Amino acid sequence: MTAAAPMLEVQDLRTFYGAVEALKGVSLHVDRGEIVTLIGANGAGKSTLLMSLCGDPRARSGRVLLEGEDITAMPTHQIIRRGVAQSPEGRRIFPRMTVLENLIMGAQAMGHDPAPELERVFALFPRLNERQAQRGGTLSGGEQQMLAIGRALMSKPRLLLLDEPSLGLAPLIARQIFAAIKALNESEGLTVLLVEQNANQALRLAHRGYVLVTGRITMSGTGAELLARPEIRDAYLGGGH
Amino acid sequence: MAFAAALRDAAKATAVAFGLFVVMVGLRTDVGPTGALFLRTRWPEVAMLCAAIFAARLAMGLWVMPRFMKAAGSSMSGPLARIGTFFGMGLLVVAVILPAIPGIERGQIDLAILVLTYIMLGWGLNIVVGLAGLLDLGYVAFYAVGAYSYALLAQYFGLSFWVCLPLAGILAAFWGILLGFPVLRLRGDYLAIVTLAFGEIIRIILLNWVDLTGGPNGISGIPRPTFFGLPFNMSGDPGTFAHFFGLEPSPTHRVVFLYYLILCLALLTNWVTIRIRRQPIGRAWEALREDEVACRALGINVTTTKLTAFALGAMFGGFAGAFFATRQAFISPESFTFIESAMILAIVVLGGLGSQLGVAVAAIVMIGGFELFRDLGEWRMLVFGAAMVVIMVLRPRGLVGSRTPTVALGRKRAIGAEFVGEGRG
Repeated sequence: MTAAAPMLEVQDLRTFYGAVEALKGVSLHVDRGEIVTLIGANGAGKSTLLMSLCGDPRARSGRVLLEGEDITAMPTHQIIRRGVAQSPEGRRIFPRMTVLENLIMGAQAMGHDPAPELERVFALFPRLNERQAQRGGTLSGGEQQMLAIGRALMSKPRLLLLDEPSLGLAPLIARQIFAAIKALNESEGLTVLLVEQNANQALRLAHRGYVLVTGRITMSGTGAELLARPEIRDAYLGGGH
Repeated sequence: MAFAAALRDAAKATAVAFGLFVVMVGLRTDVGPTGALFLRTRWPEVAMLCAAIFAARLAMGLWVMPRFMKAAGSSMSGPLARIGTFFGMGLLVVAVILPAIPGIERGQIDLAILVLTYIMLGWGLNIVVGLAGLLDLGYVAFYAVGAYSYALLAQYFGLSFWVCLPLAGILAAFWGILLGFPVLRLRGDYLAIVTLAFGEIIRIILLNWVDLTGGPNGISGIPRPTFFGLPFNMSGDPGTFAHFFGLEPSPTHRVVFLYYLILCLALLTNWVTIRIRRQPIGRAWEALREDEVACRALGINVTTTKLTAFALGAMFGGFAGAFFATRQAFISPESFTFIESAMILAIVVLGGLGSQLGVAVAAIVMIGGFELFRDLGEWRMLVFGAAMVVIMVLRPRGLVGSRTPTVALGRKRAIGAEFVGEGRG
């Protein structure tokens, strides 16, 4: 492992669902301390890519390197224990468990004392502190998203994978979530790979971005560059964003 | 107006009580001097009971409930949990002193043993179905493994009950893991079908492996348990339980001993479950029940989590099976049919998935009620089917549907004192 190795490097990753090729050779990298966003339409393979990084579903070929270490063939729970946290699509909090139990679950696989992490998460999302004894299923959509991100942070990750955190949220709430991600990145240098359909906000937030179209990366560049591209404007930013 | 509501509520309760007491108390068959049965009616008693229930329910509606409501504020979980604790404690006290209650007959202790066996099986299955959310329709297989483990080990190797009890649990846990492996990827309906098949496979093997298990003839003459080496028998010889304690030999001793044995085993199941629920593995079970994908995303090892649930649930089933074998002294595959699995599952679902108290109450109601209404003959099944439907309509999450959190800051200080006193909503 060299100092120059990026936090995450994905080389020519191919993933299949049965005979259907969902990822057709994706390569990208995320440097330490960066927010990188992956934008694309429905069915482009964004979520598949995030899940493939964690080995679930497992990629058929290609490599995933975490700070130079090959994690492609590792069992999912081992990958997570290496410092990759995933906030899955659709939040997927534990509805009948309390906010506090949800958060504790995030630290559980790591085996470390959850108290300091809990303090950080409560500082980032004070709302969760107020609601800690409430059942997860009774939270509003925005609070549930906070909980999903907070739960992922409980594992003290090196790399945070966020799958559509703005899904189904009111624009104001989505902006709050993005602000929190930015704060995490700026104050703690957390590396984030963010998958979004909300291309406008995601590209404004991210240092760099990739565009995924039907399983292939078609464009990449800094957030500002991509925002300025006419084809991006037409494809992802048109229609009232 | 609160008084009118309480009055209506009390009237409803009285109507229900009247319906029950007319048959349970009002009508009684007695043996006449000639040996013939005659029907006796006891209407004054029914009236008194109904009046008492009306008064008590009215008092509760007027004074007790409003106070609980006030104390609860917006959420009802606190006082309900407290009522639950009191109720559970009450049940426990009754269970402990039951054999000493005057007027309790041997038959009633036998019934209590049966109820406790089902409570234990319910608590064991509750680990798999209630906590881990893995629908298991073949739980009786582990009950059978436990029973046959003890019977065969005693028959072929002459091992005593106390040696076989842990062995039966270990063997059942082993079979639990064996079942767990092939069904790791299955969920819901598919899991249910495979576990159902597993239960049948075990039963059919027991039925057909005549050389080992005696097939449909079963195994008889299974040694009865001893009190730390002191056998129970009627001879009154030195070295028997009755002689050692200077008691008159009585068949009741063994029944009472069996009663306390199953009570201890059931309480052990309960204690272990309650403890484990607060451990990381117990939380992982519940998280697994809630969302398996999220569990994987959090780095929970889903394989070990599922297998431990299967193993632990099966182990308690195995203990109960060994107890069943020593109590009956005779076992055959007929005792381990699918209807038993269904019964245990019904107890868990009616009681409320994951609720220890609910399972106990459901077992008492189902098994106790089933025996109580034996006179109804074939109508019994109809009554119970209807009762189940009614419970599920009124309380879709089971009798005790609420779930107690396993961690809370401030109260248990499981995490650290620094959060105590911060806004807890």
